[in-house]
Amino acid sequence: MAKLPERRPETLGGYVVHGVPFPVETDPDALAFLKRMAPLQIEQEYSITYLHSYGQDSPWFAGVTNKKLLASQDPVSGYTYATPRGHDMYSGEETNWIDITDRKATVHAFTVCYFGSEEFLPETPFVLALISYEGVDTLFLTRLMGVDLDEVSLDWIGMEVKPKFLRNSKLKPTDVYFVPAGD
Amino acid sequence: MRTVYAISGGVSKFAKARPDKTFQAVIKEAYDAAIADIGLDFPTFTKVVDGSVASYFSDHFSRQLMAGIMAQDYLGLVPKPSHRVEGGGATGGLSFQEGWKNVASGHMDVCVVYGFETMSHVETWKGNEFIALASDVSWDYPVGGFYSGYYAMMVTRHMKEFGTTVEQMAAVSVKNHRNAYHNPYAQKRNRYTIEDVRNAPMVAWPLTRLDICVMSDGAAATILVSEEGLKKLEAAGAQIKRPLVKVSGIGRGTDAMRMADRPHVDYDTFMRDYATEQEKSSDDTRAYYKSLWERGTRYPGVHSFRAGRSAGNMAYKHAGIDDPMTELDFVELHDAYTSSEIQTYEDLGLCRYGEGGDFAASGKAFMPNVDYGLDLPEAPVTPVNPSGGLIACGHPVGATGLMQGVFAIWQLQGTIGEHFGDETLQVSDAKRGAIHSHAGTGTYVTVSILERED
Repeated sequence: MAKLPERRPETLGGYVVHGVPFPVETDPDALAFLKRMAPLQIEQEYSITYLHSYGQDSPWFAGVTNKKLLASQDPVSGYTYATPRGHDMYSGEETNWIDITDRKATVHAFTVCYFGSEEFLPETPFVLALISYEGVDTLFLTRLMGVDLDEVSLDWIGMEVKPKFLRNSKLKPTDVYFVPAGD
Repeated sequence: MRTVYAISGGVSKFAKARPDKTFQAVIKEAYDAAIADIGLDFPTFTKVVDGSVASYFSDHFSRQLMAGIMAQDYLGLVPKPSHRVEGGGATGGLSFQEGWKNVASGHMDVCVVYGFETMSHVETWKGNEFIALASDVSWDYPVGGFYSGYYAMMVTRHMKEFGTTVEQMAAVSVKNHRNAYHNPYAQKRNRYTIEDVRNAPMVAWPLTRLDICVMSDGAAATILVSEEGLKKLEAAGAQIKRPLVKVSGIGRGTDAMRMADRPHVDYDTFMRDYATEQEKSSDDTRAYYKSLWERGTRYPGVHSFRAGRSAGNMAYKHAGIDDPMTELDFVELHDAYTSSEIQTYEDLGLCRYGEGGDFAASGKAFMPNVDYGLDLPEAPVTPVNPSGGLIACGHPVGATGLMQGVFAIWQLQGTIGEHFGDETLQVSDAKRGAIHSHAGTGTYVTVSILERED
């Protein structure tokens, strides 16, 4: 059996407290003592729903929903962005959409996340990877699936991979993910 | 531009949590320390100071917009001019330079730059989520937004291209933690070993918990002045230490928010646009880089911080530095990760690109008087993060870059012993140092050069 960690995790929550200690009389000694009082800490909830627009990048999300991977291309230079950009950063020109679904793709860099932001903690461990496409100038950040976490290796860099698409689109960049091309 | 002197600074003790005070009162600790260091009282300094810059990163952590004006108000500085600066992890470095601009431009004679962050107000993994919102929320954050993951990806590429090892990264952690053992302001003062670092819980492969800085509550402040400001303060009774410390160079750089979008330029472009003057003038280095490119290296990709190189080159030019390794006596750099310290050695020209791992374990960046428990092949040359850096001191974001400024001022004044109660971390006869501040995955980077006037 694995050894338990030495510390219990710290979390918020607990009983609701009504009333806090305070001197019965506010005589000078009691008032002076207040400077030695431990701080009161309260919990404040904060949640909000944003209406976020993908703007000019929207066709990319429509594409992955239909199992097509799009990229942005400068109309003159042909400079191509795996992660879409509405305008080329060198010419300033509006880019065109191209289909790169079937391009050869390889792992450029990766990591295995054993911890994460609160939103993603339940999904750990997961693999983040930057993907390089043949004939495309920039990379694409994604999740890599189908690899053995007992065999984590720098040899994963350069490995040929292929895209897979969620059947039930969430309209997020994770609607596409990658697996080793041999699988 | 006028000469700008960094005459004083103060730092609150960085801690996991400071529930005993509100953020304004924590800032006041650092502010009061900076004033006390020049022998003035609060009302007298308030009369002389012309204005301020407020440095803090996230409105989310404090759940408070306009925190800057609340600090300005608490410090008794209203109605004097002020503005808030924000630039991710580089917020402190950017603010320091905004203070410099206030004085160099003639807009102010005495400017105080104060910064803080109170990260303990949310749980650690929620804090990581807030920090991850400093990545593209359409494309990067939803994939698994986690800064440690982003930096881990960068270093796997560095390892693959250049052969950098996890033990070399661990040497950085050992160095910075053991330095901090002698720094009473540091949050973590531990004598770790390479094995401790590697055996710590894995966070994002290959980075363990001891390869990564922690979240902190804390504040820092620096006072920047012109010649005229010196006269005004001294006329008011200030005891300003001599020799003076001046800011002799500033530089900044930027890069694409999504590291996936960063270019992979060829050798000629690298040599023309990014190589240091020293690299350009060395036949050996040109041949070395040519061989890297022949093996497939492209710049900056995700293994290097182009913003850091740009900031360094700009600051070195401003300060008249040709060879940073021999012309800087110390560097306080942004080591949010051991891997990013190694990458930054290269960006700042302390070694060549691809040689950061070997440099990390060489001993050149270590202090001469500290027992690291390591068999280091070379003697110290330019100590890096003699204070302990972010990894050991902590990283209350808006305060961090200013903390570096304060420690640099003390190094150049020769007052580390006075302030730390321990002479161990005083760099002998320190005449010139660099401070380096860095925002998320290398988006904003600042380098400022501080120099002792003889």
